[in-house]
Amino acid sequence: MRHTIFIIINLLVWNISTAQQTLTKKQNDLPIIIMNGTAHLGNGDKIENSVITFENGKIGMIAPANTFKLDLSKFQVIDAKGKDIYPGFIAMNTQIGLVEVDAVRSTRDFREVGTFNPSVRALIAYNTDSKVTPTIRSNGVMLTQIVPQGGRISGQSSVMKMSGWNWEDAQYKADEGIHLNWPAAFRRGGWWAAPGPITKNKDYDEQVKAIKDFLDEAQAYNEKTNVEKVNLKFEAMKGLFDGTKKLYIETNFAKTIMESVLFTKEYGITPIIVGGKDAWQITDFLKEHKVMIVLKKTQDLPVREYDDIDQTFKTPKILKDAGIVFSFSLDGAWEQRNLVFQAGQAVSYGLDYEAAIEGLTLSPAKILGIENTAGSLEKGKDATIIIAKGDILDMRTCIIEKAFIEGQEVDLDNKQKALSRKFTDKYGVDIDHD
Amino acid sequence: MKKIILSFIIATIFLVGLNAQKTFPQNGVFDYREGLYAFVNATLHKAPGQTMENATLIIKDGKIMNAGTGIPVPKDAVLYDMDGKHIYPSFIDMYSNYGMPEPVSAGSRPDKQPQMLSNRQGAYMWNEAIKPEFQAHKAFKANVQAAEEMRNLGFGAVFTHQHDGISRGSSSLVHLGNGREHEVILKDRVAHHMAFSKGKSTQSYPSSLMGCIALIRQTYYDAQWYAKEGKNEEMNISLEAWNDLKALPHVFDTRDKLEILRAAKIAKEFNSQYIFKGSGDEYMRLDKIKATNSPLIIPINFPAPYDVSDAFDAMQVSLSDMKNWELAPTNPGALAKAGIPFALTTHGLKSKGDFMKNLKIAIEHGLSEKDALAALTTIPAKLMKVENIIGSLDKGKIANFIVTNKAIFEDGAKIHQNWIAGQGFVLKAFPEEADLGEGVYRLKVGKKNYDMHVTWDEDSPKYIIKENDSTDIKVKYNFKDKIISLSFNDEGNLIRLSGTADNTSAKGQGYDAEGNWISWKVTPTRALVDKKEKEEEKEKEKSEKELGDIVYPFLPYGAKELPKAKTTLIKNATLWTNEKEGIIEADILLSNGKISQIGKGLNASADIVIDAKGKHVTSGIIDEHSHIAISKGVNEGTQYSSAEVSIADVVNSEDVNIYRNLSGGVTAAQLLHGSANPIGGQSGIVKFKWGYTPDEMLIKGAAPFIKFALGENVKQSNWGDDYTIRFPQTRMGVEEVYDDHFTRAKEYGKLKRSGKPYRKDLEMETLLQILESKRFVTCHSYVQSEINMLMKVAERHGFTLNTFTHILEGYKIADKMKAHGAGGSTFSDWWAYKFEVIDAIPFNAAILDKMGVVVALNSDDAEMSRRLNQEAAKGVMYGGMSEEAAWKMVTLNPAILLHLDDKMGSLKIGKDADVVIWSENPLSIYAQAEMTFVDGIKFFDKEEDLKKREEIKIERNRLIQKMVGEKKAGAKTQAPSMKYQTHYHCDHIDDEMGEQEHKHDHDHNHDHED
Repeated sequence: MRHTIFIIINLLVWNISTAQQTLTKKQNDLPIIIMNGTAHLGNGDKIENSVITFENGKIGMIAPANTFKLDLSKFQVIDAKGKDIYPGFIAMNTQIGLVEVDAVRSTRDFREVGTFNPSVRALIAYNTDSKVTPTIRSNGVMLTQIVPQGGRISGQSSVMKMSGWNWEDAQYKADEGIHLNWPAAFRRGGWWAAPGPITKNKDYDEQVKAIKDFLDEAQAYNEKTNVEKVNLKFEAMKGLFDGTKKLYIETNFAKTIMESVLFTKEYGITPIIVGGKDAWQITDFLKEHKVMIVLKKTQDLPVREYDDIDQTFKTPKILKDAGIVFSFSLDGAWEQRNLVFQAGQAVSYGLDYEAAIEGLTLSPAKILGIENTAGSLEKGKDATIIIAKGDILDMRTCIIEKAFIEGQEVDLDNKQKALSRKFTDKYGVDIDHD
Repeated sequence: MKKIILSFIIATIFLVGLNAQKTFPQNGVFDYREGLYAFVNATLHKAPGQTMENATLIIKDGKIMNAGTGIPVPKDAVLYDMDGKHIYPSFIDMYSNYGMPEPVSAGSRPDKQPQMLSNRQGAYMWNEAIKPEFQAHKAFKANVQAAEEMRNLGFGAVFTHQHDGISRGSSSLVHLGNGREHEVILKDRVAHHMAFSKGKSTQSYPSSLMGCIALIRQTYYDAQWYAKEGKNEEMNISLEAWNDLKALPHVFDTRDKLEILRAAKIAKEFNSQYIFKGSGDEYMRLDKIKATNSPLIIPINFPAPYDVSDAFDAMQVSLSDMKNWELAPTNPGALAKAGIPFALTTHGLKSKGDFMKNLKIAIEHGLSEKDALAALTTIPAKLMKVENIIGSLDKGKIANFIVTNKAIFEDGAKIHQNWIAGQGFVLKAFPEEADLGEGVYRLKVGKKNYDMHVTWDEDSPKYIIKENDSTDIKVKYNFKDKIISLSFNDEGNLIRLSGTADNTSAKGQGYDAEGNWISWKVTPTRALVDKKEKEEEKEKEKSEKELGDIVYPFLPYGAKELPKAKTTLIKNATLWTNEKEGIIEADILLSNGKISQIGKGLNASADIVIDAKGKHVTSGIIDEHSHIAISKGVNEGTQYSSAEVSIADVVNSEDVNIYRNLSGGVTAAQLLHGSANPIGGQSGIVKFKWGYTPDEMLIKGAAPFIKFALGENVKQSNWGDDYTIRFPQTRMGVEEVYDDHFTRAKEYGKLKRSGKPYRKDLEMETLLQILESKRFVTCHSYVQSEINMLMKVAERHGFTLNTFTHILEGYKIADKMKAHGAGGSTFSDWWAYKFEVIDAIPFNAAILDKMGVVVALNSDDAEMSRRLNQEAAKGVMYGGMSEEAAWKMVTLNPAILLHLDDKMGSLKIGKDADVVIWSENPLSIYAQAEMTFVDGIKFFDKEEDLKKREEIKIERNRLIQKMVGEKKAGAKTQAPSMKYQTHYHCDHIDDEMGEQEHKHDHDHNHDHED
C-alpha cells in the first residue's frame, strides 16, 4: 500500500526492544528515515521536530518534519520522538586502537624512539579489534583522530572510523597531520627528593632552533627536483609545505602558543594548537592568525594555584565568544568514553548547548579538514549519526540508543555489558545495560 | 663626623697563645701574655637593653674580668680608648655546620634496587639516617676562612653540628678565634639535633615524611626498651647514644611551618621539648606556632623580588610566593611581638654577607633592635644552656665582643673590631684621625673664597665646590698620615693644597691657580641638611610601606579571618535527606555546627537566612579515597608493611585542592596511604575546613583506618624490570605477608598482655588493633581472587575486612562480599589502565548495590574529586540505579564505610551540619555547588568566590607593581618560577626524604603536571 502522509507524531509506535535490535541486512536495503526527533545539526543549529533520511551512507534530506510529505513505505522508519539526534562525535588526539592496556608495554603502540619521527604513521597500528573501542563507541564517538606521542615530532595522525574489519577499511583520512611537541617554556628543577621550583627552560632556544633546522632542511629537500638519496623523514614533511597535511603543535602556555604560531607562519603554515590550556588569554592573537584549537580536557584542574577555580570549565565559552574554532578532547584511549562530558561541563559554565555539540562534531571536522563529508547533519554528508534518549551531555540522563557510521548501524554492545550480563544472570538480579 | 682618635692600630691578629694548650711542646722562647686589656670610655651594651655610657670593659686571659661604669682600671692593663665607640657581645649562630666534615653516604644503594638495610658497619642502628652517636666535637676541624667570614659579620661563636640525617647527634659550641681545636671548642656536647630528612642515607626507608615521623617515634620506644632490658640483649651504639642525649636541648630542623606543628606533637608525646629551626614562614601560622611553646631559630634569607617584566612569565609566579616575598621580612618582628623566643641564624643565606643587610630589613619590618640583639646573643646562649659562659658581657664570661663606630643598627654603623676569647680582630680600621665632617665650608685659597660641600657616604667623604647652583667642581681628596691634600680645577687651572685638618676646620699651604705658593683655610659655614628632618622623612617612608594581608591558609582563596559557624536557615529547598523521608521540599536549620531542625515553614531565628527555592540541598560529599592535602609522600612503600606510618601525621592544610573540593560540594575525605605495599599506612580522616590547621581538619573521634593493598602495585609489577627484590612478587606472596604479620601480631599481643617486658613496636600495635577490631581496613583491590583471599585471611584471623577500595571486580564476588560483610568503594568507569583492570565494568557499582553491598564512589584523584556528584550520576547512566541510591554512593555510603554515619552522610537532625546547596539536581553535570558548609561553617560561597578572584587580581597587580618598583630602584631580582603542585595517586613512590641526587630527566612544564 502506498500512502503519502504529513509526517506527524505517533504515526509509528517505537519501542525499546526494537530500538536495540540491529536492523537486518534486508531491511538495510531500504533507505532509513529518522522521524520526530530533535536534530542537533553540529553546526550550531537544531531542528526540534526533524526528519532525516539517509541512503548509501549519505544523508539525503534533513528538515523540519512539518514542511513536506514523504512516502514512508520506501523507508525503514525510526521514530525518534522525544529523542535527540546528533552527528557522530569525533574524538581528537587519542590513542584509541594504539593501546589496549596502558601499563602493559606489549600493548602500547603509540610512542616511537627518536626525536624527529615525521614518517611514523599511527594508522597501521590501529587495532580494529580492540576491546576498548566499543566502550567508547557506545558513548557516541564514531570517528577518532589517532595520534602518535613522544619526541619532538611524534609522527603522523589519521582519522579512523570507530568500526572496521582492518585499518585500511577503518581509515577515514589517512596520514592527515604531523604532530610537533613544542618545547616547554618552564621546567622543573632539582630532583625528585628535593623538588625544585619550576623555572624557565634554559634549553628552550636550542630546542626551537633544532625544530627550525629540521624544517629548513625538510623544506629545502622538498624543493629538490632530483633526489639521489631518499630521506624518508623529509619526504613525510612534504605535505606540510604543499598544504596537504596539517601541522598540530602541542603546547599550552600562552607565550609558547604565540611563539609556535609565529614560527610556523614563516613556513606558510597555520598550525593547529593541541592543548591550549592558556588559549583563553590570547584570543585576539588566535583570531588574527585563524588558529584552531584542540582543547585539552575541560574537566581538569586549573594550571596555576591562583587561577579561577573553574577556569578549565569556562575556557570553551571564552574561546567560542571570541570566535575561535575549537574542539573538545581528552588524552588517552579508554578515557574517551567521557569525551561528551567535557562538553557538558562547558555547557554548565556558560557555553551554548549547540556550540558544545559543534565542539564535538563540526569543529573537529574542520580542524581535520573533513568538514565536507563529516561533522554535521547536512544533506550529502556521511550518515554518521547518534540517537540518544535524554541529554547526551549529562550522565544523569544520557542513554545512547542507536548509532550509524556512514549509514551502517553500529553495534553498541561491548565487553563490559557482556560481563555485566554474565554476572547479573549468575546472581539473578536485573540492572539496566543501556 | 664625630672626631675619632685612636692612638694605635690593632694588628689583624692581635694576640695568639692565650690559654695555649699546655700539653704541647714549645719550640722557641715561651711567650706568655696574660691579655689584660681595659677598654675605657665606651658605650657598653652589656646585654640587650643594658647600655651604659662611659663604661669600662676589662678582660684577662680571654675572659671578662669586669664591665661597667666607675670600675677601677688595673694599672698593668693595656688601655684602649673607646671614646665614641660601642661595644656589644659578639653574635652567636645557633645553627651552623662550621668545621664539620661534608656528610657522606655510608655506602651506595644497589643499582636501581631498593636498599633494605643500613650500609653502616658496626653496632649501630638498623636505619642509616639515625645517627645519635655522631659527636660534633670529635669531628670538628677549625677552618680559618670560614671562621673569618663569620667573624666579619660580628659572630664570635657558633653551635655547630653535621646537617645530615634524621638524628644528627650532638653539636658543640666553638668560638671563631684562632687556635687549635683544643682551644676553640668551648663545650663538647651541647644539644641533640634532629630533622625530617634522611640526608645522605641511601637506605630506602623512610621515603616519606610520615615514615620519618614513625621512625622517630619508634626510635624513642626502642631507646626506652634499650635502657631497660634491651642493653642486655644487644649492643646498640646508636640507642645508647640516643639515651645519652636525652638530657640535652633538642634542636629540630624544619622546612616549613607545618613541620614545626608535626614535630611538636612528637616532642609532646615523649615528654620532650624541641627548639625548632624554622624556615622563615612561621608568620603564616603564628598562633599555632606559639601554642607549641617552643623556641625557634629563624633564618633571614628573605626572597628577592621576582623579575616580572615579562607578563607571561610573571603569570607563572604563584601568588603565595609573591606574598611571601613581601611578608617574609616581617617574620622576625611578628615572632617577637607574639612573644615567641627565637634566635637568628645565618643558615640559609645564599651569601652570608647579606646577614646585616637582611637583619636591618627585618628591623625596618618591625623587629626591635633589642630583640634583634637578644636573638643573636642572650637567647641562643640560654636556649643551649650555656648562658653562664657566653651571650653577654658579664664577669667571668668569654671575652667575645664587637666594637662599632656607632650604635650597631644606625646608618653607617660598622663593626670595626671583633674580639674573640680575648683575641682582637680588626675587621675595618677606624679612620686614624677624622677630617672634615659633613657640612658646608668656606675654603679660602689666597684671596679667593669657595663654597665647599662635604658629604660622607659610608666611610669616604665627597668634597664638592659649588660655583653656582648649576656647576659642581669635584675636589680630589686624600687624607693619610694626618696630612690632608685637596686639589681641584678652577677654570682650567689646577689648585693643589696640603695641610692639616680636624673635624670642623683645616688649613695649610699650597699652589693657587696661578702657581703661587699661598695659605689656605677651611672654616665651617653651616650644616648640610637638618639630620632630624632626614630621619623623619625616612620614618614616613617606612610607615607608608603597604603590606598585604596574611591569609589562612597562605594561598590564593585563603581568608583573612577564619570563618566561624553561624546559625543558618535554608528555606524552601529540595532536600535530599538520604533518610526514609527521601527527597522532600522543606527548610533546614543549621546551628552550633549541627543540623538542628528540618521541616516546612521553620520559624527560627538565624544569623543567615537563605531562600533556596529551586535549589537542591544535600549532605556534603564524602570522598572515601583521596590523596589531596598530604605533605611529602603518600607511600611508605619501602617495606612490605608500613603499618606504623600515618597520613594523619602529614595532613597538609595548605593545599588549594581543599578549596576546589569544597567548590564541588566535598566536605570530608579519607586521606589514604598509597598502595605500594600490602600493609600500607594509617589514614587521615578529615573535614575540608579550609584555612584551619591539619589537627583541626582531622575528625575527632573518627574510627581509625589503615590502607592495605593487593595486586600489581604491591607486587611492584609496573615499576620497571628492576623491582624484583622486595617480597612479595606474586599474589601468593601477598597472602603470606598477611598471614605472617597477623600471626606475629597475635604473638605480640600475647606477650604484651603477659606483663613481661617487651619492646613496643608501632607496626605490631597497629596490626593488633585490627585483630581486636579497633582499627578498620580499607583495601586497594582489583581482581576477584585476591579479594576473596583477603576475606579468607581476615576470617582466619577473626576480623572483618571493612572496605575494598577500587574493587573493580567486586561484581564477580558480590555475593561473597555480602556474606563477609565487606563494603566497596569503587570508580565509576575507570578501566584498561593496567592488566588487573581489564575486566572492570562501569556496572560494578550498580551490581554491588543491587547485591546489598554498601558501595561508595571515590575519586583517588585531585581533579575528579570535585566532580564526585557526576560520578554518582554514572550509577544512573550505567546500570539504571535510582537517583537516590546513586546519590548515597558519594554521601551516606562512604559515611557508613568510614563508621561516620552516626554524625555524617545524611540530612538528619543532630548530624553535623555538612551541607551543600546545589544550583539544581546534584546528579546533573549542570549542577554547581553554590554554598558548602562544614560543621555549620560556610567555607565556600560562589558569590564570595567571585569576589575573591577580584581580590586576587588586585593583590597580584599590587605586588607586581611593587616588584617592578624595586627592580627600578636597583634591587636584585630572581627569575620567575612556578610552584610545583604535587598531585598524588596511589602509586606515587618517589623518595621525598633523601638528598641523593636523582636528576630529573623528565621535562616538566605546566603542560604535564605530573
